[in-house]
Amino acid sequence: MFAIDTIFHRLQRGCQTMRYPDGPAPALPDRHGGGLRVDSAKCLPGCSDCVPVCPTRAITRPGKGRLKLDLGNCIFCAACVEACPAKAITQTGDHRLAARRREDLQLGPPGAEQVRLAAALDGKLLRLFGRSLRLRQVSAGGCNACEADTNVLGTIGWDLGRFGIQFVASPRHADGLLITGPVSRNMELALRKTYEAVPDPKLVIALGACAIAGGPFSGLPPVHHGASGLVPVDLFIPGCPPHPLTILDGLLRMLGKLEGKAGA
Amino acid sequence: MSTPSSFQFLPNGSSLPWAGIPEFPAADLVQATAAELGRGARLCAWFGVPEPPGARLAAVIAFDADNTLAVARSAPFSGSYPSLTATHPQAHLFEREVWEQHGLQPEGHPWLKPVRRGTGQAPASGEFFRVDGREIHEVAVGPVHAGIIEPGHFRFQCNGEEVLHLEIALGYQHRGLEEALAGGPHPATLSQAEAIAGDTTIGHATCHAMILEALAGAEAPLRAQWLRALALELERLANHTGDLGALAGDVAFLPTAAACGKIRGDFLNLTALICGNRFGRGLVHPGGCRHDLEPARAAALLEKLRPALRDVEEAIAWLWDASSVRSRFEDTGTVFTEQAGAVGLVGVAGRASGLVRDVRFDHPAGWHRFAQIPVAVWPGGDVFARAKVRCLEIQRSGAYLEEQLAAPPEEGIRAGLEPAAPGTLAVALVEGWRGEICHAALTDGAGRFRRYKISDPSFHNWTGLALALRGQAISDFPLCNKSFNLSYCGFDL
Repeated sequence: MFAIDTIFHRLQRGCQTMRYPDGPAPALPDRHGGGLRVDSAKCLPGCSDCVPVCPTRAITRPGKGRLKLDLGNCIFCAACVEACPAKAITQTGDHRLAARRREDLQLGPPGAEQVRLAAALDGKLLRLFGRSLRLRQVSAGGCNACEADTNVLGTIGWDLGRFGIQFVASPRHADGLLITGPVSRNMELALRKTYEAVPDPKLVIALGACAIAGGPFSGLPPVHHGASGLVPVDLFIPGCPPHPLTILDGLLRMLGKLEGKAGA
Repeated sequence: MSTPSSFQFLPNGSSLPWAGIPEFPAADLVQATAAELGRGARLCAWFGVPEPPGARLAAVIAFDADNTLAVARSAPFSGSYPSLTATHPQAHLFEREVWEQHGLQPEGHPWLKPVRRGTGQAPASGEFFRVDGREIHEVAVGPVHAGIIEPGHFRFQCNGEEVLHLEIALGYQHRGLEEALAGGPHPATLSQAEAIAGDTTIGHATCHAMILEALAGAEAPLRAQWLRALALELERLANHTGDLGALAGDVAFLPTAAACGKIRGDFLNLTALICGNRFGRGLVHPGGCRHDLEPARAAALLEKLRPALRDVEEAIAWLWDASSVRSRFEDTGTVFTEQAGAVGLVGVAGRASGLVRDVRFDHPAGWHRFAQIPVAVWPGGDVFARAKVRCLEIQRSGAYLEEQLAAPPEEGIRAGLEPAAPGTLAVALVEGWRGEICHAALTDGAGRFRRYKISDPSFHNWTGLALALRGQAISDFPLCNKSFNLSYCGFDL
């Protein structure tokens, strides 16, 4: 009788997919904190309390210059937020973090207090990939947390397939790569070969602090400083790991699917 | 343990002066270790400590029935020593690793090759065990796999559909973590410990914190120990639920696959409720926990935990109800108890082969000294048994959480920590969701890490997967692999 029971249970559960992005984005946990904002004008003269507490050396204050925070290498531990006596670094609570250009993740200078969010792809690429994007995932030296929260997007709550985005088994079937991990030297060859196997035109997404800049493994000899030294990257999604909502926001933003939506 | 041991005993989560640890010539250490393993001890870690121009060997073993660990070391030497693997296969990867890291050669090791680096540009470039014959073919899979999973290389020797031998070449995720920890703790050390295996953040971070606390001669406040124990079970619930869903998916039983994918997220969100991060990043700190679980938050957690437990119970019931699922799980990928004991399986895989071993019960430290969880064992050794153990553990972790949430200890979540003692060895074990995590750290004269050894449960268990495939149809590999669900990065370090 299990077949009938199964159908019954299924009907009982109803639709469990969230309304986002047509409805509001699901709330982040209250202790998540979201993105960071850097108001370097608030920095106290001569203070660099935030610099040594950063585990990934994402914060620098060269000489008497302005504070700079590389959101790409940030693992969002908020140690700097706690350390700053002037509240120059604050949490925004915003899940939106993805950027198209690496420099858009550098925070600090006037006008660059927060991340400059990713723009949609231009004309031809948007026409090609806007309604159907097939990605091959390459895991290259991380900790498997980014992979785990990418997999979550395939579950019924998120249902990535409804946006025409799908992860495929072969690079030959793919429109692009989603890379996680700092790229270990042992994965360098496999990553290059996988990249070459994807037909042109292709996209590359660097997911998580490791793939963007090395993250917790920055500077270790067996790994690179992220994917962009090896392949050109079209979208950077910061986090350690990024919340599934942050990943989805990045993908949809790049495909121009958030314009005019309640969850944008 | 009725006979006197040549090892020095120590309880889980404690430390000893390095100079006081019994020292033997290497051959005698191998002999003494073999004698203890022959008496029912288990190898938790076997590693080298550089001492130019050579290195020392150090052994950490566990006497589960006696609830104690024991350590011994060799005198410094270089060159070769008689292999422990020759009599005790559970040492085989440890000896390969020591050879790769320190150049100490185990004489008589049956299959000596690097563990992580390989001889060429990638780990799969080395030599593989081959079966010859006109009907034999070889299948090579990876490092890049079909799904969203970590990289590894699998080399099958097949006769038609039947797998005669599987050899697993890992190392693609190698980040040099042990080397990075040496000279530490550094500012990045805690985040690196959390990222040894991201799905075991709480397990590894707790183990690392216990090491630093043991080296400082201190304990985290009770409330922090309580919270770590809760977070460890939430981590177990999330991963076991995800695994059962993935197993269901691999036999095309979609109702449970779909439901468990969602419920796994519900459990991750409970960890995020405590600390903001779904994987528990930033929760455990040496000396305590960074966040507290205040009464209101604990009540909210319990309120969300109960329906998630109900949902997962129901989703698993559908799975057991389907005869098509049972027939795919039963007698698939069997690892017999003798094999499991010989290769030293730990955790879910070990318990599913009938081995009664669980750090929470055998070597209780932290909160587990006051509140235990019964060990979940199922003797079959097949995919069914590994699924069943997970199912039992979900029930028991759920009950444990409900019980512990009702009785929180006094306030006080974080304490300052003295600097680590110099010239000291600390050992800590934690039962992560996959099994036994072992960290061992030795400090130098200034109290910095001189050597930091990490043993993820996957290091013990990958050999179990290779054994499970013997005589199995190659098409069952995904199902067998999922039933172990081992960590690549935890192994590769």
